[in-house]
Amino acid sequence: MKINRRRFLLGTTVVGGGLLLGYASTRPSKHRIANESAGSEPFLTTWLRISEDNTVTVIVPHSEMGQGVHTSLPMMAADELDADWNLVKVEQAPATDLFANGVLVKGFAESLGVSFPRFLDGLATSATMKVAEIMNMQITGGSSSVRFTGELGMRAAGAAAREMLVKAAAARLDVPETELSTRLNYVHHDASGRSLSYGELASDAARFEPSSEPKLKDEKDFTLMGKSIARVDIPAKVDGTAAYGIDAEAPGMLYAAVKTAPVFGSKLQSVNADAALSRRGVVKVVELENAVAVVADNYWRAKQALAALDVQFEASENDQVNSQSIYAQYDTALEGELNEDIAEGDAANALENAETVVEATYRVPYLAHAAMEPMNCTVHFHDGKCDVWTGTQDNLGIRGRVATVAEMDENDVTLHGFYLGGGFGRRLPTDVNTIDQATLIAKHFDVPVKTLWSREDDMQQDYYRPAVTSKFRAGFDANNQLVAWQNHYIGKNEPAEAAHTPYSIANKDIAYADSETHIPFGAWRSVAHSQHTFFLESFVDELAHRSGQNPYQFRLNMLGDKPRHAAVLRAAAQKAGWGRNLAPGHAQGIALQESFGSIVAQVAEVSINNDGSVKVHRVSCAIDCGRTINPDAAASQVESGVIFGLTAALYGEITIENGRVQQTNFTDYEMIRLHDSPEIDIVSVDSGEALGGLGEPATPPIGAAVANAVYILTGQRVRELPLKNYRFTAAPVETAV
Amino acid sequence: MARFRVNGVERELDIEPDMPLLWALRDELGLKGTKFGCGIAACGACTVQVNGNPVRSCVTPVSAIEGTDIKTIEGLAVDVGGSKQLTAVQQAWIDHQVPQCGYCQSGMLMAVSALLEANPNPNDAEIDGAITNVCRCGTYPRIRRAIKSLSTTA
Repeated sequence: MKINRRRFLLGTTVVGGGLLLGYASTRPSKHRIANESAGSEPFLTTWLRISEDNTVTVIVPHSEMGQGVHTSLPMMAADELDADWNLVKVEQAPATDLFANGVLVKGFAESLGVSFPRFLDGLATSATMKVAEIMNMQITGGSSSVRFTGELGMRAAGAAAREMLVKAAAARLDVPETELSTRLNYVHHDASGRSLSYGELASDAARFEPSSEPKLKDEKDFTLMGKSIARVDIPAKVDGTAAYGIDAEAPGMLYAAVKTAPVFGSKLQSVNADAALSRRGVVKVVELENAVAVVADNYWRAKQALAALDVQFEASENDQVNSQSIYAQYDTALEGELNEDIAEGDAANALENAETVVEATYRVPYLAHAAMEPMNCTVHFHDGKCDVWTGTQDNLGIRGRVATVAEMDENDVTLHGFYLGGGFGRRLPTDVNTIDQATLIAKHFDVPVKTLWSREDDMQQDYYRPAVTSKFRAGFDANNQLVAWQNHYIGKNEPAEAAHTPYSIANKDIAYADSETHIPFGAWRSVAHSQHTFFLESFVDELAHRSGQNPYQFRLNMLGDKPRHAAVLRAAAQKAGWGRNLAPGHAQGIALQESFGSIVAQVAEVSINNDGSVKVHRVSCAIDCGRTINPDAAASQVESGVIFGLTAALYGEITIENGRVQQTNFTDYEMIRLHDSPEIDIVSVDSGEALGGLGEPATPPIGAAVANAVYILTGQRVRELPLKNYRFTAAPVETAV
Repeated sequence: MARFRVNGVERELDIEPDMPLLWALRDELGLKGTKFGCGIAACGACTVQVNGNPVRSCVTPVSAIEGTDIKTIEGLAVDVGGSKQLTAVQQAWIDHQVPQCGYCQSGMLMAVSALLEANPNPNDAEIDGAITNVCRCGTYPRIRRAIKSLSTTA
């Protein structure tokens, strides 16, 4: 059987008398060519199960890391199913191939009549996060769960199951399907007053072939989508019962504390373990290529013994690298040959003929993720098999990673998933140093071993948000019109469009230079938008002031062909009362960006503290994510995104000295806390367009919004973050109205 | 031998006197609700109550809490007729949908419960001064709202 680029439903199976509905698509993967030539493809599914007791179980192929996905996705399936929310249970999909998340296939979207061509095209052409790779795994990232798994998979699964239940009821009651209606886990035949529960119908329904084209509801008929539903994961998070990877417990478990080479890529040279081995509870010292571990019967004992080790690491060619040398390397790279990102019109010529040219160089440092739960992974090798307990943004990917490192068949590895104590990109399968260490350490034992990193390990062995330098030149013509935009930056990353400004400018030259360092880098909430939105929206603000225009009006004037962006910008300005009289010493800054399918504008109200530091009082945030599934949970994500971005803007800085990270803990990598957390006002601009993401889009604009306000207060243009490195003096700037 | 009460239960542990309470709770007593965040009292994820006072258990050696009453997140809810009754603070956390990843919230709840016990009507400055725990998800706006909803003059 050859099935290509077509949605395909797995045959239904009766499990325990219930209906197990697998909703599948072909595998849109890096293996597609291989699959086509082989003539068969594995099926990728999201699932819905209906039991005889009339409960509905929605199996979610995404990790819950606080974004509410274990609530929003079941809402989408349950709504299409006309299910009773009180009878809905949620399970996280096991990490097996059958539950790989394959709904995000372009052909699937098209066949369903749901159009997401722009985003999918962007992904399909992207360099490092190919759509195919996402499909193959159970990734929770890219702000993708609701807009893809939910919109394309969960809704279809719910709708198809509802149709099958109606068919079963029609047969049972011997009435036409058209006389039946569904509501709250029952099929009703109003004419005769008879009703059958979904549970009663489940095994009959399972005998029908699921529709390949289930009819989805119109928005006006939604019963759950669009309503604020309490998150299912919250009760366990207020009574201490929510289990995270660090809480994994298995009989006979040992604990490993690890010391890793501080210079990335350096190797372990020698270890004298005598002092450590004589300590209470210490079982073994395990040497790895670039690290050494102490394994003991208690984590604290392992950690104490680790400090007693005499460890030497090899010298490395990177021992002399520091932040300044990296920036110098970037500057050299930007003088060399560049790769085209966008070339429109003739920017060089427009700059040459410009009346005024404005130039600026921006940069931002490396950042650590600093998820609250330190990295950990528990591994148990036994009987030729392997059990793994960890919280990850991709259970299936991590199962594969452990199998690879352990040189085992994937099917012999069982991954036990947990809640994540923060993800933000750190727990993606590209970020595997902890997983690899835990696997290699546990190979020495036949009991479970929990490898746990300290906060210092986490901060110094992260996969960092890269430091980036970005150079701008812009030209105005004699009529004070912005006619040329040149932006040369370091390292094109994901998403591919991160350096693209939405504004209408006739001539654009956007190009980048690659400049590799030995610092490991990974996805950090909002990925490349986190750097580029600060650059873009700060420089646009400079241009507004330099041309004597109001920063809000200046942006709006260049959004003539972007009505959604303009509407969001207006909404944020209106919410904030842009231009109103503020408290003495306060000013507002504004910024706008589209990312992950959502458009966000923010206005920050800022003042300068007596000590010259920055105080952010209020952030007014407008977002157009198309349509909101769970409004209160969506608001949480926006609040979270703002504070995450603001933490980076105010405090975030990882510096490199002698090839290694200097920061160690929350004392020198400070976080926003309650006292400096601003009030956040959110206005939702539901345009009704395709669903956009929510986990990340609120993060990018805040740095520029705050820095733009700082300019008005001080006349000082912030071209490098974080703001903690400045001591500002109030010197208000006159702004155009 | 370390002796103290945890959530009303007498505990006796043959552990080193300098072992932090955090690891005695987690690895020796299996009480996993108290979280490890930083190990240096900088984040508050490990906050428990010692004789009603909020204490960062990651830097508190068991020798320093000999004979005291320890309350952890597991001991916050009250047993009423065999079922756990959430405290007003826990209920407010649900009502305001405070937690996101939830990892810091055990410590947050223990710190806030101690604050409200000592000062039922804290103003913003008092809240800021007492609650210095880190929440990486940034649930602060909801934390403040939830605390204010519990104020007896609200």
